[in-house]
Parts: sequence; C-alpha cells; structure tokens
Amino acid sequence: MSLSSEFARARAIAWKDLTAERRTKANFNAVLFFTALILLLFGFALGPDQQALREAAAGVLWLTVLFGGVLSFNRSYEMELEGGALEALLLYPGDRRALFVGKLIANLAFLVLIEVILVPVAAILYDLPLLSGGGFFGVLLLGTIGFVTLGTFYAAMASRVRAREVLLPLLLFPMLVPLLLSAVEATKSLLVGNLMGDASSWVRLLVVFDVIFLVATFFAFEYVIEE
Amino acid sequence: MVDLSLARGLDQAPAVPAVELQGIARRFARRWVLRGISIRVQPGEAVGLMGRNGSGKTTLLRIISTALSATRGTGRIYGHDLLNDGAGVRELVGVLGHAAGLYEDLTAMENLRFALRMAGRVADRDQIRQALVTVRLGHEENERVRNFSAGMRRRLGLARLLMRPPQLLLLDEPYAAFDADGVDLVNDFVRETVRAGGAALISTHDLARALPVVTRVIRIVDGVAVDGPPPVADGEDDEASPLRDLRTVEGGLR
Amino acid sequence: MNASIERDYPLTPRWLTLFGWGALAFLLLSQVLGVLTSPPDRDMGDLQKIMYVHVPSAFMSLIGYAVIFVFGILYLVKRDLRYDLLAASAAQVGAVFAAATLVTGSIWARPTWNVWWTWDARLTSMAVLFLMYVGYLVLRAFTEDEIRRARWSAAIAGLGFINSGIVYMSVKWWRTIHQMQSTPGTIDPAYVRGFRMNIIAFLFVFAYFVISRYRVARVVRDVEARIEERALAPNAENVHA
Repeated sequence: MSLSSEFARARAIAWKDLTAERRTKANFNAVLFFTALILLLFGFALGPDQQALREAAAGVLWLTVLFGGVLSFNRSYEMELEGGALEALLLYPGDRRALFVGKLIANLAFLVLIEVILVPVAAILYDLPLLSGGGFFGVLLLGTIGFVTLGTFYAAMASRVRAREVLLPLLLFPMLVPLLLSAVEATKSLLVGNLMGDASSWVRLLVVFDVIFLVATFFAFEYVIEE
Repeated sequence: MVDLSLARGLDQAPAVPAVELQGIARRFARRWVLRGISIRVQPGEAVGLMGRNGSGKTTLLRIISTALSATRGTGRIYGHDLLNDGAGVRELVGVLGHAAGLYEDLTAMENLRFALRMAGRVADRDQIRQALVTVRLGHEENERVRNFSAGMRRRLGLARLLMRPPQLLLLDEPYAAFDADGVDLVNDFVRETVRAGGAALISTHDLARALPVVTRVIRIVDGVAVDGPPPVADGEDDEASPLRDLRTVEGGLR
Repeated sequence: MNASIERDYPLTPRWLTLFGWGALAFLLLSQVLGVLTSPPDRDMGDLQKIMYVHVPSAFMSLIGYAVIFVFGILYLVKRDLRYDLLAASAAQVGAVFAAATLVTGSIWARPTWNVWWTWDARLTSMAVLFLMYVGYLVLRAFTEDEIRRARWSAAIAGLGFINSGIVYMSVKWWRTIHQMQSTPGTIDPAYVRGFRMNIIAFLFVFAYFVISRYRVARVVRDVEARIEERALAPNAENVHA
C-alpha cells in the first residue's frame, strides 16, 4: 500500500478512537478530574506559601501530566482488547505501524485537550504568569509529544499482560527521566525566570529526545505488536 | 486487490492449494493444543472443521489467518508463506471469529466505514448500505453497536466480510447466535466464495447447519487432524453421513 | 529421568568450573593489590578503597546493558531463542551489579558528603539504569509466551540502550546548572593500575555468572524440548506434558 493510503489508515484509527471517546467521555472526565485533584493535593503538600508554590509549579505540573497520561494510555488499547478488535486490526493487510501512528495521534489529541483545561487551573492555583510568553506552550507541546510517543509504545505491551497498571509506569517512567528534567527546567525558566538556566538548550534537548524516540518506536513497533 | 479471476482459472492451471499446512503445532505455556496438523485444502472446497471443545479449532484458524504464529511447522496460503509473507496471506483471507471485533461506541455504519478504510479502500456509502441491507441491518445503520444483540453483532461482522470477499474464508462457529435466516446468509456467502474459486474452512459443532455447503470434513482429535468421510447433504447414505461420524467421535474418545 | 538429565547436561562442565575458580582467584588478587598498593586518599583516606568495588561494578552494569542490547538485536535478526536466553542472563547479572553500584555509592556518600544519597550525575544515572533493568526483568516475568517475551525484551532493551546515554547527558547538565558537588572526574595515576586490574577481574566474574546462568536456562529449555518431542510424538499418551 502507498504511503498516503497508510496515512489514511492511521487517520482512520485516530478518528475511531476519538469518536468513541467523544461519545462516552468517561475516560476524559475521569482523567481530567484526577489530574485536577493531584494539582490540589500538591498544593496542600507544598503550600500555602505563594513563593514556594510558584517555585515548585513546573515540577508539579509535569508530574501531574505524567500521572494523567499513564492512566489513559492503557485504556486506549483496552478498547481494542475487549471484543477482539485488536486481532481484527492485525488481520488487515498493510503496515501495522499505521496502528501505532493512529493511536499516537489520538493519545496526543486526548492529552493536549486535558492540558488545555489543566494548565489554566494550575495557573490559578499556583499563581503562574501564563500569558507572559508563548514559549511555554511550545515546551508543553514538545514534552507532551515525547511522553505520548513512549507511552503509546509501552502501553502496547503493558496492556496485554497481567498487572498492566503497575507495569506501564515501571517501564515508562525511567525512560522519561531526560524528558522530565528538560521539560521542567525549560518550563521553570520560562514561567518563573531562572537566572542559571537557559530554556533554549533544554528545548533543544526536548526536540532531540522527541525525534530519536519517534523514529525508534516507529521501527520497533512491528516487533511489539505481532503475535 | 484480490483477483478472483485468477482463482477462477481453476480447470486450466494446476491449482495452488488454498491451504497447505505441514506439522503445525502450537503450545500455550505448557499445554500443547495442536500437535502437528498437516492438511491441504484446494480452491473450490468448503471444509468443515470438527472437534470437541478445546480441541484447537480456533487456534488452527487463528494460525491460518496469521493472527497467531505456530510454535512449530510451516504453512502456505495460496503459495504465501504463513511466517515470511504474512501480509500476502492477509490480503487473501477473511475471518469471522468468536468475537466480531466491533467497536461498541460506533454505529453499524461507522464500524463498516472504519473497516473499509483500514483495508485501504475508499469508504463508499452505498456499498456499506448494500452490505447492511443484505444482512438485514438496513434500519439499524445509525445505531450504536452497544445496543445490538449477539445475533446482530454477528450479522454486522458478516457484513464486514461481504464488503471485501476473500479467497479463503475462515469461519469460527459461524452459526452461533444466528437464526435460520442468518444461517442461510452464512451458507450463501460460503457458496458464493467457493463458486468464485475460493475456499472455506468452517469450524462448527453444528455440522447439520453446515451440511448444505461443506464438501469434506476434517476432525481434530488430540491435536492432530483426521480425515472425515465426505458428507452427504441429503442423508440418503446414512453410513457415510458426518452426523453418524460425529456420534462415533464423541462416543469413542477416551 | 533425573539421572539421564544429569548425564546429558552436566550443570557445570570442567572448563567452566576452572574458569570460575580462576576468576575468583584473580578477583581476590586484584582486590588485595588494589587495596595494599594504593596510598590513602588526600581527602577520603582509606574510604577510597570502596572504589575498587564501586567503579568496576558500575562498569559491569553498563556493559551488561550493552550485552542485552546486542543479544536482543541478534535475536530479532536470527530469531534464535538462545540469544534471548543470553540477553536474559546478562540482565540478571547486570541488575545485581547495578544494585551493588548503588549500595557502595551510598556507603561512600555518607562520610564524604554526610548524606546517604547524592544527586550526583553518575549515581543518579545508575539509579535510572537499575530501574530499566528492573523493568526489563519484570516484563519478562509477566510475559508467558516465550516468543513474545523475546521480541518484547529485545524492543525494550533497544530503547533502553538509546536512552541510557541521553539520561546521563541530561542529568549531568541538570547538575551543572544547579552547581552541586560532584565526584572527581580525574584519577591519580597511583590508583589507575588497581582500577584496571579490578575491572578486568570483574569482567571475568561477570562472564562466569552470565555463562552459568545461560547454561541453566539452556538446560531448562532442553528438558522442555524433550517433553515437547514426547508430546508431539505420533502416538503420545500424555498431551499435556
């Protein structure tokens, strides 16, 4: 099959996932309220000193995104496992990596939508100057892309074994250490102003991380999905 | 994509077997479900696959469809190797399994549209409608699958196959949850596939329902294949009837 | 049946036993030499001696992950499960060395910086590496089908291997920005010989463990293969092995 028809298949997967999610919204609402709750709890744990909260905000925000995302990735495959849909998907002729790209797009859209609501909430709770620059949203998107890439990849394995809830973070989080460091540092220097840190070098690391793992997971996916 | 005319030239060229398996064995953890299946199915045949619960009928069909890899053994589907040319096999094979692989929160129409797109086809609305009408789901096209009964789900799964007629039809307990009308739909589809030069493998407990279409029966006993006698549809020769055969198998094991 | 298995598969062949004793002797010699010939460190005194365990262990855990990676790729190319068993053996041994590195690092940190843990770039990266080992082994434990297990393990090892370099870089960078203390990067020549000898000695020990572990895994598989043969025999009585 041609590249354009493979992309059409990836789009079909993404469309299907997002349509099903839009119809029920069960997963979206659950993840949204869970992440909002985490933001609030971190506030209790670290506050109420306004200055301390602002200092910690970047780290809190990214950890919240990580916790929320890890809940949604397994769900994206569980939907395929009930009713034997995954098997049907694997029996279509054509490149199985279209499945990965489609899931990646759907998960990315899902998490970005969560962030659209979550970030203003964080800005209010932690007194962050959101509108001081667009750079922050770029960092948010770059970090989310890398996170969703690895999350979609590892969930393809974790969702198909026992103890998937524990296994996914166990596999995923150690891989995310560079992403977490660079995303938090870049966010910090953009939002709070960090004299010692320079956001641009962290952003460059984020870009490198995203590119490397987009390529690596794309080629490794075939080995992970075949039965 | 699937050139049925190739298979129609059956009488001229020496036919490539639709299914050719050699020593297919499959283990799940410690348990050997299949212990060496060697069978051959020619184009134009509709073969009934029989065996007790857990005898490995489903496992065998999954291996032939490339959904599962064999622990041992090799096989070819119309000359395409199961292991090295899975994509080639998947072009030719159509499956109706236990689970239909439908999405609960999509409508019947959307499920079929998705299936067409995944097969690399243009989702033609009229074609989808036609398939839905054929399986008598014409009035439910915009209803979510979540509200469908088991029989309706089976019909929708069948509609998905109808839109993309395969050269090798793999049916796993196709009559389950079907009423008489549904059974006729399945059998019509099998007949059409075979008439077009394709082949079909039908696993079933209920050989009576498959009798109008099957040309031969293969039984799986203790993980290996045993040839059954040719079935006779009208029951004039009771000695050779697979129904009689079924009784002896069920009684004779262990 | 037991007797015949022992006859066919001696758990430790003679050469391996000799190799193991040789490795142990060389290890003891290297440790003694390292400890005796090195002068007390200017700042740390005799505390420095722990480095003869810490540094070689760290090397072994790095080499271990590289070995998993290489055997994982070999498995994907050749589809021979023996490579997967080798990778798994290296993972088990590598994880132990990574744990040893963390423990000795922590013991070293206590008198040096008065804390049990320091966010030093190398130590922190080692903690991440240890977690990647754990993830690899846990995934294996949860995956029953051996072919699936081999494929998944190879994929995980590939990504983990790529990541290990990025982790070290990013943690180092992160540390530089926050200007915290770090372990010295250069070593006085008086210590170099001791380190080199011990690294080689650890390498032998590492190889001995991996080979032994691999042999056990092979025996288990071979026995299973025999049960397989019996189960697949035409007139087998016992299908369920």
